[in-house]
Amino acid sequence: MRITSLFAGLFLATTAVAETPVLTIYTYDSFVSDWGPGPAVEAAFEATCGCDLQMVGTGDGAALLARLKLEGSRTDADIVMGLDTNLTAAAADTGLFDPTSVTANYAVPGGWDDPLFVPFDWGYFAFVQNVGLQSPKNFRALADSDLKIVIQDPRSSTPGLGLLMWVKAAYGNDAADIWADLSDNIVTVTAGWSEAYGMFLEGEADMVLSYTTSPAYHTIAEGDASKSFAVFDEGHYMQIEVAGKLASSDQSALADQFLQFMVSDTFQSIIPTTNWMFPAVTPAAGLPEKFPKALSAAQSLIFSPREAADLRNVALAEWQAVLSQ
Amino acid sequence: MLDLNNVCFQQGDFRLTADFSVPTGARVAVIGPSGGGKSTFLNGIAGFIATGAGQVLWADKPMPDHPGQRPLSILFQDHNLFPHLSVMDNVAVGISPNMRLSHSQRHDVSVALDKVGLADKSASFPRDLSGGQQGRVGLARVLLRQRPLLLLDEPFSALGPALKDEMLDILCEILDDTGATALMVTHDPKDALAFADQAVLVTDGHADGPKPIQQLFDAPPPALAAYLGNRT
Amino acid sequence: MAGSIITITLRNILGGAVLAALLIFSIGTAAAVAMRGQGLGVLGVADWSAVRFTLWQACLSAGLSVGIAIPVSRALARQSFIGRQTLITLLGAPFILPVIVGVLGLLAVFGRAGWISGMLTWAGFAKLSIYGAPGVILAHVFFNLPLATRFLLQGWGSVPTERFRVAHSLAASPWAYFRLIEWPVLRSVIPGAFLLVFLLCLTSFAVALAVGGGPKGTTIELAIYQAFRLDFDLGKAASLAVVQFSLCGGLAILAFLVPLPQTDGLGLDRLPQRLDASAHRAADAFWIAIAAAFLIFPLGAIFLRGVGYIPDLPHQVIAASLTSILIALTSTLVCITMALSLALAFARRGKLARSLAEGIGVLGLATSPLVVGTGLFLIIFPYAHPMTFAVPITASVNAMMALPFALRVLMPAVRDTYADYLQLRSSLNITRWVWLSWIVLPRLRRPLGFAAGLAVALSMGDLGVIALFADPDLQTLPLMLYRLMGAYQMDQAAAVAVVLVIQSLALFWIFDRGGQGYVRSK
Repeated sequence: MRITSLFAGLFLATTAVAETPVLTIYTYDSFVSDWGPGPAVEAAFEATCGCDLQMVGTGDGAALLARLKLEGSRTDADIVMGLDTNLTAAAADTGLFDPTSVTANYAVPGGWDDPLFVPFDWGYFAFVQNVGLQSPKNFRALADSDLKIVIQDPRSSTPGLGLLMWVKAAYGNDAADIWADLSDNIVTVTAGWSEAYGMFLEGEADMVLSYTTSPAYHTIAEGDASKSFAVFDEGHYMQIEVAGKLASSDQSALADQFLQFMVSDTFQSIIPTTNWMFPAVTPAAGLPEKFPKALSAAQSLIFSPREAADLRNVALAEWQAVLSQ
Repeated sequence: MLDLNNVCFQQGDFRLTADFSVPTGARVAVIGPSGGGKSTFLNGIAGFIATGAGQVLWADKPMPDHPGQRPLSILFQDHNLFPHLSVMDNVAVGISPNMRLSHSQRHDVSVALDKVGLADKSASFPRDLSGGQQGRVGLARVLLRQRPLLLLDEPFSALGPALKDEMLDILCEILDDTGATALMVTHDPKDALAFADQAVLVTDGHADGPKPIQQLFDAPPPALAAYLGNRT
Repeated sequence: MAGSIITITLRNILGGAVLAALLIFSIGTAAAVAMRGQGLGVLGVADWSAVRFTLWQACLSAGLSVGIAIPVSRALARQSFIGRQTLITLLGAPFILPVIVGVLGLLAVFGRAGWISGMLTWAGFAKLSIYGAPGVILAHVFFNLPLATRFLLQGWGSVPTERFRVAHSLAASPWAYFRLIEWPVLRSVIPGAFLLVFLLCLTSFAVALAVGGGPKGTTIELAIYQAFRLDFDLGKAASLAVVQFSLCGGLAILAFLVPLPQTDGLGLDRLPQRLDASAHRAADAFWIAIAAAFLIFPLGAIFLRGVGYIPDLPHQVIAASLTSILIALTSTLVCITMALSLALAFARRGKLARSLAEGIGVLGLATSPLVVGTGLFLIIFPYAHPMTFAVPITASVNAMMALPFALRVLMPAVRDTYADYLQLRSSLNITRWVWLSWIVLPRLRRPLGFAAGLAVALSMGDLGVIALFADPDLQTLPLMLYRLMGAYQMDQAAAVAVVLVIQSLALFWIFDRGGQGYVRSK
């Protein structure tokens, strides 16, 4: 039944004859899954917009951008939600996005001023571990220790790319040395976050590259307080996830409405315990009690989109060269 | 002399019993209805089937357990040859499974092939030969091995009458030359009469001792009569 | 010879259509991708090193898998024991597992926190760490040894009883016995088995990453991912895909030039009475025990990890199961149809034509799923919404992945059926449809059952290769598993894995045993 209504819905959208207008959003898979924010967001928005919200999961963030590039301006999507700042420069270069006029009181460390994209959540990458393990204080300490870590490949995984940029942001030209020192700590480099996290939970490694909010998930959703993360004194790299409106959209006003809804209290209060990230706008009810704290601006590392795009291939080549010894 | 002392061959659920002797140099036809146990009988003597009880003796000594150590050669209805070996190798394997032949052994192989009329086919492969020619390769191998006991399981049943006669003639020549004892399973009474002087009747899991074959056909016991029909 | 003239018959049209479809799915999609990316890209040094590494690890993994499969399959062919048939059926299991499930199961036994490590540390030794080349090889052998064993078993089962007995009666030494009986079997079965395992290892990159320890080597597939995700360099992705499937196709054609294996014999479950069974009992028991342990412990680990959480599964698992089963059955039907068309058209032709057909048949397995998916997407997108084609496309791609295996078992069977019965058909003037449905298909029941079992199980465990066509409402079990893992729901994911394995094995068993049910007693 839902399949036919989806098909019908798309048909209606493309012919632009709409009783109920359809807003199509491309986003990443875990957003639309039953355990993610998708269902709650859809219910909340459809209650006020008088429209049909269709969220389509297209892999992860990088796959999302690739899909958009494939479809070009003939895409059905009205909004793309889930790119992170490592990808926004490339996204802007496609020329497919329209600037937005959405403003809000962003709680994103370092502020936000990109006219093309609207942030909806953010987080810090961190090494997650079991409580009781002596946490290393920084990358060098980690490299010197005997701790075993499992990380992801930056070529196939968004957190993998995040780690790559983190080391680059913290160490600049010394990044290659850090990787060289880390190479004996690395148990394996997986294709995606799921494999790595699964392996960590099974005990294959002492630490896994994940988010500062991962322990909060275990504490809040499972009542399991056994996980924590290591605070590094170089700071932690941020992942800021954004949404943008497509110029080719035939529901421009509705898209603007959604983007405004995205920074509203209703949407933002769904985020923490479904997407397990920090909301871009702090909800009136505040963050859940067990959530980690935000770091200071100096500790919140991030490259600007243009810098990230320029540095990525350099960092990747270094990484590959060092770890392929 | 082949002695079967109260033997019982067991293959799965099927048991075959026998208790008799076959004199040296005899030519025995093994006859009987389908499913009676003829092949089991032969395979038991060859050593492919476990002897559940009793003993199989040759020249008053118990036969070794391993079929390859028994002083016999066996020829089946089909699949006697190895498809990937040439005719020469197929025959040679009868005396040297390692296929390392001395000069005189190689000569013996040629002689055997010559005897069965296949001297010009020694480099051919089984797939290039007719059914009759494949049978002759098998006979060449038997000839080469020169074992005192020969077991044949319907080896020529797929051939036409003229060819079959030719094969039987070669076989008889071999037997004359070597003086070997032969047991041949056959389902054609005419072949049995032509080849053998004695017959063993196998029915319902029991093999009866050899009787002169003409006598058996003249006054067949009920099981044999049913099998033979009333053609004669 | 008559076979070189291409006559216009339905059989040849169907066979040709299948070949055309395969070429479109491989070359066509690569071309679509290349065109979108301004032509085929040039491959750099790093890319060629990826090619070299991919080839090297695939060769080693396949060599080991097939090498170990030889004594294991020989042992299974010789000995009879309780549970033999079940073990042989279970040999299909690792092959059908989604990669992540299989890897976690392996790690549960061999990992740093696994059972063996536990025993080692208890005894005072260091933990076992297989990460790196050993891990990749181990994982590949785990996934592929059982399949190789099944293929080799078919070879052993093809030797007539009489030939065994002739060899025994010649007092053959072990070396002579090998030359007489075993070498011809191995020579005919190994090239095909090796090639198929090689292809599987070549195109698997998630395994290499998960246990590989690091990017010491990049595989072609990973290089394709990089080209897509990071650089959006479609030209390079297309070139890499072309290199990958050209290599595979070329090697396949070479490997399949070997004559088809024999099938006259009793097949898998009727053991010819093997006299050397008792002589080799100890060694065979060793190999069988090793293989069984290697197989069963990781599967057992998977089962134990998840079975307790099955009652907690959300109701979506039922819908996901039905979706998976529906797609799997569709893809099996497509696969068998394609395989039969190709086998009927090519099994009796000359060596070159047949190996060409089988060589093209591997393209479905040898192509990069990412390039195929993107290419199909690009072809369809201008005309229709890709999402509406999610089921047929997924089913077709899964069917093509299983096609090489189906071909390997069907080609010899078709050839022999025709060889045995064609004269009878002419003399009785049997019409085509009666011939096919009453004589050919029943004779093909056993290989068809095995091929169908493989196809259905492969499809059940496949992640829905075509993420670009993913319909949000259409969730398969592997997709549900990944989504659960991505949402921290590891316990539920483990439970879904158990459900998936049980269903896949059940379907495989139904098809495989159903085919063998028709065994002529000899």
